[in-house]
Amino acid sequence: MEIIISNSSGVPIYEQIKEQIKVKIVSNELKENELLPSIRTLAKDLYCSVITTKNAYEELVKEGYIKNVPSKGFYVAKINKDVALEEQLNKIEELMDKAVTIAKMNNINKKTLNEMLTILYEEDK
Amino acid sequence: MENILEIKNLCKTYDNFALKNVTLSLPKGMIMGFIGENGAGKTTTIKAILNIIQSYRGEIKIFGLDNRKYDKKIKEDIGVVLDDMFFPEILTPNDIDNTMKGIYKNWDSKMFDDYLKEFSLLPNKQIKTFSKGMRKKLEIATALSHHPKLLILDEPTSGLDPVARAEIIQIFQSFIEKDDCSILLSSHITTDLEHIADYITFINRGEIVLSKTKDELLDKYGIVKCTEAEFKKINKKDYIKYRKTKYEYEVLVSNKKDFKAKYDIAIIDKITLDELMVLMIKGEE
Repeated sequence: MEIIISNSSGVPIYEQIKEQIKVKIVSNELKENELLPSIRTLAKDLYCSVITTKNAYEELVKEGYIKNVPSKGFYVAKINKDVALEEQLNKIEELMDKAVTIAKMNNINKKTLNEMLTILYEEDK
Repeated sequence: MENILEIKNLCKTYDNFALKNVTLSLPKGMIMGFIGENGAGKTTTIKAILNIIQSYRGEIKIFGLDNRKYDKKIKEDIGVVLDDMFFPEILTPNDIDNTMKGIYKNWDSKMFDDYLKEFSLLPNKQIKTFSKGMRKKLEIATALSHHPKLLILDEPTSGLDPVARAEIIQIFQSFIEKDDCSILLSSHITTDLEHIADYITFINRGEIVLSKTKDELLDKYGIVKCTEAEFKKINKKDYIKYRKTKYEYEVLVSNKKDFKAKYDIAIIDKITLDELMVLMIKGEE
C-alpha cells in the first residue's frame, strides 16, 4: 500500500493518511475485510507518531470506512452508500458555510444568496 | 488511558536554579519529547525520575508506584540512556552482556546479540575503539535488551550525524512497535521529535510551559508574520507571545484557523518546534 506524506503541504498528517486510505477503499484497491497495518506499524513505516495514525484510523472508523475488531486490528468495512453521500453533503455544507460567512461580512442578505444558489443550480438545465 | 509515568509538583532547589512544580504524565505506549534550552531542567527532572538526586519535593509515580519506595522493582523495567557514557572504556560488549545478566532479571542475551549485529558492533572489541555513534548504539542496545516498559533517553542523539540520528530514531519506533513501551525522550534536536513524538513537553527555567500532543502543536499553532500597524490591531488575548525583528512582527498563535477567521492578515506559517521554542523563550507577552 502506498501512502505519500507531505510535511510542507499544511494539511495535517493524520488527514493526509485518512484521505489516502479512503481513496484506496472507494477505488477498491483496499478490499472489504482486508486487514490494515497496525497503528504502531503504520507509524513506524510512515515515520510519524502513533497518535497521528491513531487519529487517522479513529476518524476512518467514525466515518464508516474501516472497523476496529478488538485485539485483532483494523479491517476495511463494507462501505455504505449513505456514508459516502453523507460525506459529500458535509463537503457542500462546508463550502456553503464559507459562502455564508463571506455574505455576512459584506452585509449580503439571505434572499440574494438564495437567488444566487437557484441560478447556479439551474444553470445547466 | 493508563499513565506509565506521572510527575506531580516536582520541586528541587539548587543555589542558582530551581525546578518549580514540574507536572507531567506519559500514557502507555506513547513517546513524549521533552524539550527546552540547555540548563532548563530536563536532566534534573530525569535524574529525579530515576531517583539519583536527593531531597526533592513532589510525587513521582512510575507504573503507578512511588519511585522512591519501589526503586528496585521499578528499575527492573526501565531502560536508560544518559547524555554521558557510563561504561568503563576497557570493557567489551561481551563484558556488558555478562554484567547485565547479573543485574536484570529479564536480561535477554539473544536480543542484545541481535542488536550488536544490527548495529555492526563487534562483541569482543573494547569500547575505547568505538566511535561516538557506536558508543551511543551500544548504550541503546543495552537499554533495550531487558524488555523495559519505560525508556528514559536523555539526549540520545546529541552529537550524532543526521544519518545515525535517523537510524536511532527508527530503532526506537521498531522497539515500541513490538514491545508496548513508553518513551520519555529529551532532546534539543527537535526535528527528531517532530516526526515520532506523540506528546511534546516544553520546560523553561525549571517550569513546564507547555505539554500537548505534537499534532495539536504542529497542526493548530502558527506564526503570524505582519507589520507593526497590523500587529497593533491584534487583541492581546488572541496570541501567546510575539517577537519584533528588524523587518516584521512574529506572533505565536494557538489556533491558525480561528485567527485567520478573525483577522485579515495574509501570512500565517506552520510552526516548527524550534521556532516555537525560540518564541516561547525570547518572545514578549
